Amino acid sequence: MRGAAALAAILISIAVQTTLARYIFAGSSAAIDLVLIVVVYVGIKSGPVTGVVAGTVAGLTVDALSSGILGIGGLAKTLVGFLSGLLGTQFIVTAPLPRFLLLVVATVLHQAVFTGLYQLLNLGQFPAPYTSIVGQAFGNAFVGVVAFQMIEWFPGFVDRRRAGRFLKR
Amino acid sequence: MAIADIKQRPGVVLGGAILLHVILISAQVNTASGLPVLQVVTFGSFSEVQRGTMAVIDGVRGLWSGYVALQQVQEENNALKQEMAAMQVRLQQERTEAQRTDNLRQLLELRERAQLDTVAAEVIAGGASPDFKTVTIDKGSSDSLATDMAVISPAGVVGRVILPSRRASKVQLLIDRNAAAGALIERTRVQGVVVGIGDGMLRMQYVPGTADVKTGDLVVTSGIDGIYPKGFVIGMIDHADRGAGAYHEIVIRPAVDFSRLEEVLIVRTPPASRTAVDEEPGK
Repeated sequence: MRGAAALAAILISIAVQTTLARYIFAGSSAAIDLVLIVVVYVGIKSGPVTGVVAGTVAGLTVDALSSGILGIGGLAKTLVGFLSGLLGTQFIVTAPLPRFLLLVVATVLHQAVFTGLYQLLNLGQFPAPYTSIVGQAFGNAFVGVVAFQMIEWFPGFVDRRRAGRFLKR
Repeated sequence: MAIADIKQRPGVVLGGAILLHVILISAQVNTASGLPVLQVVTFGSFSEVQRGTMAVIDGVRGLWSGYVALQQVQEENNALKQEMAAMQVRLQQERTEAQRTDNLRQLLELRERAQLDTVAAEVIAGGASPDFKTVTIDKGSSDSLATDMAVISPAGVVGRVILPSRRASKVQLLIDRNAAAGALIERTRVQGVVVGIGDGMLRMQYVPGTADVKTGDLVVTSGIDGIYPKGFVIGMIDHADRGAGAYHEIVIRPAVDFSRLEEVLIVRTPPASRTAVDEEPGK
């Protein structure tokens, strides 16, 4: 059930990333990676194995939809999913700050692997990668923390609203 | 492996996922030489696997051929040894046949040269007692053999027939202590009587002390004994001593090697001396 939810979250994030994100984050210099944020969240919540599977599925799907080399993004997101799951099981990452740091680290790792493999294989040059990576890291961290809080806040909010309606009657 | 077990081993899952991605990336990326990385890596990796496999196979093959298959080699070796032994026996038979053919050829030449009525015979047995030097030949009275017929060989005089049966005959060798033959020294024509000593040598008796006798002189039959035809080689003087008596003491080494006697000729034509003696009473 958790796997299906994770798969659904990945698909939704990809759909949003490819359709709405470019409108939502049109003014931002940092390319927000919603799929990466979902992978991190699945890893934190479900552990390293599910994180690996989620990272693999998400990364390969993104690679397949992009014009790049199939597998490079997948490998990067797989490592991110594993790292997220590992840190989620070893540390308490429920507060916003640890999640923010985790998202920063995850983004840096993802970009390091992704850009590093492209440069290692001599497949493309990325101008000023460090600036881009830092900007994306903080952007992903901010959006991710907000998203995580909303996701975890939303079920409680619904329950409280239902309970309030019941008491008014 | 159950899903629960897989979840307990995230490292394995991560390794598998990384491997999957590496393969996937390698399938799309070319090396500096323009060849696909997957192909190069796969070939390189698999070549090592093949090398290892071949090393194992070679090892097993070497073990098999070096140890296990030696059982077959041993059988083959035994078969070859048997074949070699059979070939050696056959070679000896061939040599024997060749030797026999050579002996028969010499006998034939002797027969033609002697102008005598002879019959060839094969020595089939030796003497029963070492004190008497005799042999048995495979021809007997059925081949018109009779007592006192001379037995000769290409090398020289062998002896005489002393006991002919129907299909075999006993031959007294000249070296027997009871054998004797009329002889003469070829160079000086001095006559005497050759007798056997019994130890393989011959002694020439009744040769006058004044006669010219030298070591190495050839001694041949004189033909006066009525048994041996004239002119056949008996042997060579081994040594001669001028004794205290009136005669020389002459020891002769026989021309015939009696230890290797195989084929002989029996002279059915009586010597001229016996013919003359036989004809005299009739006159």
